[in-house]
Amino acid sequence: MSDDARNVPYRGGGFSPVAKRGAGFVVFLVLLALAEWGTRSGWINNLTLPRPSDVGATLVELWQSGLMWTHIAPSLTRLVVGSVMGISAGISVGVMIGLFSYVRAGLIPLVAAIFPIPKIALLPLFVIWFGIDEGSKYALIALGTFTPTIVATYGAVDNVDRTLVRMGQSFGLSWSSIVRKIILPGALPGILSGLRVSVAIGIILLVAAEMLGAEYGIGAYILQAGSLYDLERLFAGVLILSVLGVVTSWAIGQLEKRLLNWRN
Amino acid sequence: MNLTLNHVSHRYSDMQVLDDISLHIPAGEILCVIGPSGCGKSTLLRLIGGLEQPTSGEILQIGEPPEGCLNPLTFVFQDFALLPWRTVRANVSLVLEDHRLGRAENNRIIDDVLARTRLSDFGDALPRQLSGGMKQRVAIARALAVKPAVMLLDEPLSALDAQTRELLMEDLVDLWERQKFTGVYVTHNLAEAVRLGHRIAVLSRRPGRVRELIDIDIPLKDRHMTHPELEVLQTRLWDLMREEATAADRELQHV
Ligand SMILES: Nc1ncnc2c1ncn2[C@@H]1O[C@H](COP(=O)(O)OP(=O)(O)OP(=O)(O)O)[C@@H](O)[C@H]1O
Ligand SMILES: [Mg+2]
Repeated sequence: MSDDARNVPYRGGGFSPVAKRGAGFVVFLVLLALAEWGTRSGWINNLTLPRPSDVGATLVELWQSGLMWTHIAPSLTRLVVGSVMGISAGISVGVMIGLFSYVRAGLIPLVAAIFPIPKIALLPLFVIWFGIDEGSKYALIALGTFTPTIVATYGAVDNVDRTLVRMGQSFGLSWSSIVRKIILPGALPGILSGLRVSVAIGIILLVAAEMLGAEYGIGAYILQAGSLYDLERLFAGVLILSVLGVVTSWAIGQLEKRLLNWRN
Repeated sequence: MNLTLNHVSHRYSDMQVLDDISLHIPAGEILCVIGPSGCGKSTLLRLIGGLEQPTSGEILQIGEPPEGCLNPLTFVFQDFALLPWRTVRANVSLVLEDHRLGRAENNRIIDDVLARTRLSDFGDALPRQLSGGMKQRVAIARALAVKPAVMLLDEPLSALDAQTRELLMEDLVDLWERQKFTGVYVTHNLAEAVRLGHRIAVLSRRPGRVRELIDIDIPLKDRHMTHPELEVLQTRLWDLMREEATAADRELQHV
């Protein structure tokens, strides 16, 4: 039946994400170009959306005046100090919850109670406790990164393959060796992916805290611009935040690449 | 070091898994344990290795482990249980580090066991780069590194394909010929049992009892796949197992 011969219809493919380099960049450019063209042609009102080239000019000006660094430096310090405190405490507590049943029983309800509180609501309290200056901001960011890190960490510890733990016991490894050489490295992938969420929350809280009271900082800059309806500066500030988000996410990606190269 | 099990019984909550098992495992011999699925073979091995405690009965070590033995009762697991983030050398090193032997001695032991399992060229590879058979050889090298008095092997070849299994079986026979370790070898595979066992314990379906003990006098190195005596034996084992397996099968249908 050669006249009836047809190719078998192809039904496979799709449903598997493939890395497409530069696709994200193109989307970005198209949106920018659209905004630029829209504002120039008058199709988009200048009061609705600032012209991208004006935002760019604002950024350049900010850079040249040296004010850029004046705002970024305190913000970065707050973010780093606060999240290092919150994340390291969160990892320790998370590991303890993962290892000890009593700690787990005692702390998980507490974590569940703290997690959903919008931490920014506690800022006035923190101001009383830790002072109006940097202390309250560190505390806010620390608390905000603390709870998601705990949840990610004990989940990661729970997920470590128990057959590996039994193996360690069957070779007579000490408790501390099992924790250091089997549990912690096994939990690292989960801890690192939790870190992404924690740091993003840290950035959100950083801006919120700076909006509520800071002379310098990206949040303060955005707030000033907003209250003056200076959309160019507002967008310039938001852009800096986005860049901060992209950079931290990239840095965690690098960390994963180096520490988890055993995965594939 | 000999092992003796006296009237060992074990239950998980209200399920009796092992019932009155008495066995003697003399030094330098391999005991193979076969039995239908779910009869408690792995449980028995965990009891012998001290990873669980029997509900009743006792498990005794008789005599001192040999000189230089770091971990008298040592497991080889069905799923290898290698740390994926450690290289082959580091996986072996893991079980030595707690003994503080010094770096030079550690390296000497690692080199020795990797050579014995023909893995010398793969010391720096990660587990994911190895085939299943190689992973199991790493696990065996790791077990050898602690100079065990008794090796406890739970279906060590089950996760491997037939050819790899045959090669690794030859490796195990070689290793035993060179250093007569004591072994408890749990398997589903009757051919493996008659190939490696000096004595075979056939367990009944759950709750596992010792249904039959069979001694094989043929030296390990003379046992070939087509040895006539072993074939007869294998057929006999299969008849025993078939009764238990079909009975177990019927029981499950009534649950
Ligand atoms: N930790 C446990 N808790 C409760 N029940 C268990 C536990 N471990 C095993 N069992 C049950 O005990 C019975 C015997 O299990 P075991 O793994 O020892 O059987 P097995 O003979 O090794 O089976 P297989 O041939 O499938 O490996 C099974 O019914 C199993 O479900
Ligand atoms: Mg089993």
